[in-house]
Amino acid sequence: MQYRVLPLHNMRIFIHSRTNHWISGSNPVNVIIEAQNLRKNFGDLVAVDGIAFSVKKGEVFGFLGPNGAGKTTTMKMIASVSPRTSGVLQVFGMDPDVQPAEIKQHLGVVPQETNLDPDFTCFGNLFTYSGYFDIPAQTAQKRSDELLEFVQLQEKRDVEVEKLSGGMKRRLILARALVNNPDLLILDEPTIGLDPQARHLIWEKLKTLQAQGNTIVLTTHYLDEAARLCDRLVIMDQGEILVEGAPADLVKLHVGEEIVEVEKSAEVLSCLAGHNIPYEVTGDTVQIATDSSREIAKILLDCCQPKKMLTRPATLEDVFLKLTGRTLRD
Amino acid sequence: MAHLFSLPPISSRAGRVWHRNLVVFVRTWKVNFFPPLVDALLYLFAIGLGIGTYIKEVDGVPYINFIAPAILAISVMNSAFFECTYGSYVRMYYQKSFDAMIATPLSIEDVIAGELLWGATRSVLYVAIMLPVLVAFSVISLPLSLLALPLAFLGGLMFAAIAMCFTAITPGIDTLNYPMFLFITPMMLFSGTFFPLSLLPEAFQYIALALLPLTHIVAIMRMFTLPALSWIILLHLAWIAAVTIIFCVISINLMKKRLIV
Ligand SMILES: Nc1ncnc2c1ncn2[C@@H]1O[C@H](COP(=O)(O)OP(=O)(O)O)[C@@H](O)[C@H]1O
Ligand SMILES: [Mg+2]
Repeated sequence: MQYRVLPLHNMRIFIHSRTNHWISGSNPVNVIIEAQNLRKNFGDLVAVDGIAFSVKKGEVFGFLGPNGAGKTTTMKMIASVSPRTSGVLQVFGMDPDVQPAEIKQHLGVVPQETNLDPDFTCFGNLFTYSGYFDIPAQTAQKRSDELLEFVQLQEKRDVEVEKLSGGMKRRLILARALVNNPDLLILDEPTIGLDPQARHLIWEKLKTLQAQGNTIVLTTHYLDEAARLCDRLVIMDQGEILVEGAPADLVKLHVGEEIVEVEKSAEVLSCLAGHNIPYEVTGDTVQIATDSSREIAKILLDCCQPKKMLTRPATLEDVFLKLTGRTLRD
Repeated sequence: MAHLFSLPPISSRAGRVWHRNLVVFVRTWKVNFFPPLVDALLYLFAIGLGIGTYIKEVDGVPYINFIAPAILAISVMNSAFFECTYGSYVRMYYQKSFDAMIATPLSIEDVIAGELLWGATRSVLYVAIMLPVLVAFSVISLPLSLLALPLAFLGGLMFAAIAMCFTAITPGIDTLNYPMFLFITPMMLFSGTFFPLSLLPEAFQYIALALLPLTHIVAIMRMFTLPALSWIILLHLAWIAAVTIIFCVISINLMKKRLIV
């Protein structure tokens, strides 16, 4: 079986810190994707506006952003199916414009839009897809069955894909992305439109892949998903990267430790202004980001007659909303 | 404009796409096996027994023997054209199969080349099922009529490529009806199929020879089935080869333009 389920969580961190010492991040062998000033225009529309990032071997790297931020466009450029307008892009040290087939041979892609082959069964989808990678039939057969088991679809082996639920389809697509044992997995909204159970199952599989040292690039607009899975992430908006970092660091840096939420009222607002405490109003609530909720709570209780108040840890969602604003996107 | 005629790079991986379509065809063989049979029988009975009782002979040939090659030629045209318009469009637009394929080492050029080869193969399969029926009614002669198979491939490739050009520029599946009405149907009638080309006014004869691809397929097919070979077959073959190459190139480039953005 290809997937050794190893208790690798700690080990992986250990390996990483070692390689980082040796190679200090700049060795091309260790850099899977390198992008500089990467740009993509569709006619007059600038979809990706000169972004730079690099993804290292073994890392789970996330792209967060509202709809239309340019995430899918970026994934397609990495996946060597959409040519960039300008800038530098290297995948495995190769240029997607020059060696697309060589790059794609080592990629696994889960597209945003489900595109399983409706003319085949679950097994047929994996087996046929293996053919596109020139995998010999016998190997492909064995591996397809292993992968069906990996995504827990072995019971649906001979079922037409049209008959699968949304969550099963997503899992099958994940399995399909693994037929060629890829060195880099690109996942565009892997859990889009799934119910919580299905999402958790996908997360679990991704965690397993991550633990085996796979390099994964994913996009999502579920912030809990990003916080859970990503070693590092960027937040994109309107084609640009706003921030980059580890999820916990980003929360600490851009919001703080905690959020105090109070019901909005004239007294509270003027009271906060009086105490020079910065706040943000969303609908009926006032949010105060802070490193010391106790202090803020004390001031509020003592001086502002708050009606309802709660304290919670700051999350990636707070960073996201702070940086990309609260207006609705399409 | 120039990029429309640039020679697309195609690898042997195109065969994978061809093979995928073949596997689906074989899986659904029952649906695919009967139309050619029924088609052949319908034509033979309706035209052979119906119209044939009024028209005994054309150019000294029994009418039913005269139209038998036309039935084959029309099938070559229809099967490849349907496959690479509706079939390819469904795979491209509704099934997103091409998107899935180009995420692998396959290039878009490989994918379209595979589709064209498959369209041509559909024509061969269709003709292969029809031939025994026509032989059974002894309206075509053996062994020369077996050359209908390689001709079906060549002619099928030509119609596949022309069809793929329409598929590359059509805004939706409905507008694919236009080439059917405006191109395929007239061609089916005016290409020397059910009456000799020589009955048309002279100007129309030239137009048919210059512009209607089916004319050339019918002419060659008739030479094989009557049989009545002549050196003019070379001119017909040259015309078909030239048009096939040009449209293969254009269709692949148009598809690339549509799909790679
Ligand atoms: N094929 C295309 N043609 C024209 N515009 C496009 C195309 N694909 C994406 N866009 C535009 O590019 C921008 C970024 O889209 P996308 O990368 O899909 O964003 P995201 O995945 O972050 O939601 C959007 O404004 C979208 O409308
Ligand atoms: Mg997207």
